[in-house]
Amino acid sequence: MKSNYLLTLLSILIVIMMGSCSQGSQQEGAASSTPIPESHPKGQASVEDNVSEANILQVAAGSQAHTTLVAAVQAAEIEHVLVNAGPLTVFAPTNDAFAALPEGTVDDLLKPENKAKLANILTGHAAPGSFDLEALKKEARKGRKIYTATGQYLEVSVDGDEVLIAGARILGTIQTSNGVINVIDKIILP
Amino acid sequence: MKSKIINTTSILVSLTLLFLAACTPGGDKNAGALSGNLAERSFVAPGEHDEFYGFISGGFNGQLSVIGLPSGRVFKNIPVFSVDAEKAYGFNEETKPMLNTSFGFVPWGDSHHPDISQTNGVLDGRWVFINENNTPRIARIDLTTFETTEIIEIPNSAGNHSSSYVTDNTEYVIAGTRFGVPVPQRDMPIDEYKGNFKGMLSFLKVDPESGEMNIEFQIKMPGFDYDKAHPGRGKSHGWFFYTTYNTEEANTLLEVNASQNDKDFIAAVNWKKAEEYIAQGNFETMKTNYAHNVYDERTHSATTTWEKEVRILDPAKCPGLVYFMPMPKSPHGCDVDPTGEYIVGSGKLSANVTVHSFDKMISAIENEKFDGEAYGIPILNFEDVLAGVVVQPGLGPLHTEFDDKGNAYTTFFISSEVVKWKLGTWEVIDRKPTYYSVGHLMIPGGNSQKPFGKYLVAMNKITKDRYLPTGPEVTQSAQLYDISGEKMELLLDFPTLGEPHYAAGIPADLIKAKSRKIYKLEENEHPYVTKSEKDAKVVRDGNIVHIYMTMIRSHFAPDNIEGVKVGDKVYFHVTNLEQDYDVPHGVSMIGANTSELLIMPGQTETFLWEPKGVGVWPYYCTDFCSALHQEMQGYVRVSDKNSDIQPSWTLDGE
Repeated sequence: MKSNYLLTLLSILIVIMMGSCSQGSQQEGAASSTPIPESHPKGQASVEDNVSEANILQVAAGSQAHTTLVAAVQAAEIEHVLVNAGPLTVFAPTNDAFAALPEGTVDDLLKPENKAKLANILTGHAAPGSFDLEALKKEARKGRKIYTATGQYLEVSVDGDEVLIAGARILGTIQTSNGVINVIDKIILP
Repeated sequence: MKSKIINTTSILVSLTLLFLAACTPGGDKNAGALSGNLAERSFVAPGEHDEFYGFISGGFNGQLSVIGLPSGRVFKNIPVFSVDAEKAYGFNEETKPMLNTSFGFVPWGDSHHPDISQTNGVLDGRWVFINENNTPRIARIDLTTFETTEIIEIPNSAGNHSSSYVTDNTEYVIAGTRFGVPVPQRDMPIDEYKGNFKGMLSFLKVDPESGEMNIEFQIKMPGFDYDKAHPGRGKSHGWFFYTTYNTEEANTLLEVNASQNDKDFIAAVNWKKAEEYIAQGNFETMKTNYAHNVYDERTHSATTTWEKEVRILDPAKCPGLVYFMPMPKSPHGCDVDPTGEYIVGSGKLSANVTVHSFDKMISAIENEKFDGEAYGIPILNFEDVLAGVVVQPGLGPLHTEFDDKGNAYTTFFISSEVVKWKLGTWEVIDRKPTYYSVGHLMIPGGNSQKPFGKYLVAMNKITKDRYLPTGPEVTQSAQLYDISGEKMELLLDFPTLGEPHYAAGIPADLIKAKSRKIYKLEENEHPYVTKSEKDAKVVRDGNIVHIYMTMIRSHFAPDNIEGVKVGDKVYFHVTNLEQDYDVPHGVSMIGANTSELLIMPGQTETFLWEPKGVGVWPYYCTDFCSALHQEMQGYVRVSDKNSDIQPSWTLDGE
């Protein structure tokens, strides 16, 4: 009985010591790598640069017609993709295009648990390469499709003076430092 | 049963003890490292910037490297006096003129002593000047582009070692000559050196706006060896001081014959007096020929101007221009403290460090207390100008820098150490070993009126076992010391590129915001610029073909070219249309007998290709520019020289 008591006591001691020791080394570990505030929390999107021409993200952020898109990009935390060297072509739906989705869709997508789904929808609007209106018309003429960052092929068509991408109408084209923004009137769903 | 329990108990006790033992020493070790705190003090966290820029000369690599302090990380190796295939420096048509000299195109140089421009004796961070020792030249590097923008050749000179230091307001940057040479050069017996060979000291005026240099005048000195130099600061502004050795004027086995005199001299030059003589016309105009190469940021091209004359002052005919102050035993370093009062000479072969006083020098000159003259130049009495002596601080003193607290730091080559001593009392405060045989040292601002006395970099001549070995040739070593306290502390050991002869340091905040990000395409005035893809073209003029090409992520325009023939000289004039920071493109053609081009946003560069055989020859982007970099390519069809295929060019078949 007494021995059992001793055993228990020793076991407790060891456990405590192990705890204190590993706790100690944890503290030291923490001390020797002093918590460093992340200097670039948004990756390349954190780079300050007011000299270069504006990139896709900066242009979008300055557009009154794209506040929903920008909020969605921020919620999906894919800002860094839009400032990447690319080159990228982004088909940028207007606020009206988002508003035309069934009620509650946008709010639902903006929920943290739907981050991956939202990111997938948004990157489905981006394609490697620089396709301005002339380039898109050429794609239509030559029967070539646009291959998106999510692996979809989008059809380009011309309707009179208008160019359509996957059925969405292109309302305007803006050249940016890392690619092209084509403003569209509809969300392209996977 | 009981014994079993006891056994178990003893095992547990032993385990506990073992655990204690394992736990405690580890804790002690960590505490030691923490109290030492060394790693933390030179650690720059990921994504953070260094506190100082360092510009370290590459010596025999001819370049100037840019590092961060305290991390010791290398950011750029700026090509200055040697060709650099990576950056096409000296290879592309635009920068070839930078390396023109009166001897022709010289692809290599020996870069030595960088010095940052100053205003009112304080670093202003506009330019770095650096001298070339072998084919005497001085270069200016612009600290907005971090590129070499000017190189001027120094005539009548050889071994431009006592260079390229700047005065308090960058009025002048100076050059000196290590070798006495015939002036002008002529065919004569070498053993008639004495009295016939001359040593030229050159003063290059610096335009306060553009920074452009011109040789304002040269002073024709006796044929001693002029080793190092330092401008007067503050009250001694207007003077320049040079160490001399080989006052014996030996022309052979200098290691013996130039070490005979007990004392050599510090030459004190009154450059304000020189300006008066120039203004009075009291100079000789000498015919000569030297290259002045200037890189224009707007045309992205360098041009060479051949200068034909230089103005010479003869100290024997210009009283008050130059005085000699005796200094023991072949002095090397010549350093003036931030107040301008103390002139420190380090006799390589002397046991002591000798310090002269500016005030005493002026007083001796005013009282005309001379101890004879040499070639018409008055010699001052050693005792009359002596401020003090640091007695036996080490072996083989070389160079001295200063902090902002009245301390001096001298390197000792033979005893491999840095010694801290007090100005005025001459007492030694601290000494720390270097690894090994230190040459120069640098404290940011340490040769100006305003040193930033936080770090000291020692640059060593011998490395041996300091790093992982790399065969017979090993890197150069540098050590970083914290000098903010009474005692110096070694923080970091890092390798440097080439052999560092001196360095210059400056707080990063003084220049980093001015660093250029891109060149504006609309400001590009290159004669062969192509500002949009629709202007891309191929133009034949006899057997010369000019290709006007653009690059943007991720293609060249044009990317299919036909109508080029064997025997043509094909110039690729390539413009990077990007206007985005850090998006350079490169280009190279198979078999081109030159380097790649590495073209910054908004810039145009040109390479020459002389196709040797018929075929279809590819070119591609050599800098991983984008996600579609591997797609960035093109072809040139080369036909027989009698072919009648006309030049044509397309992109995407159009």
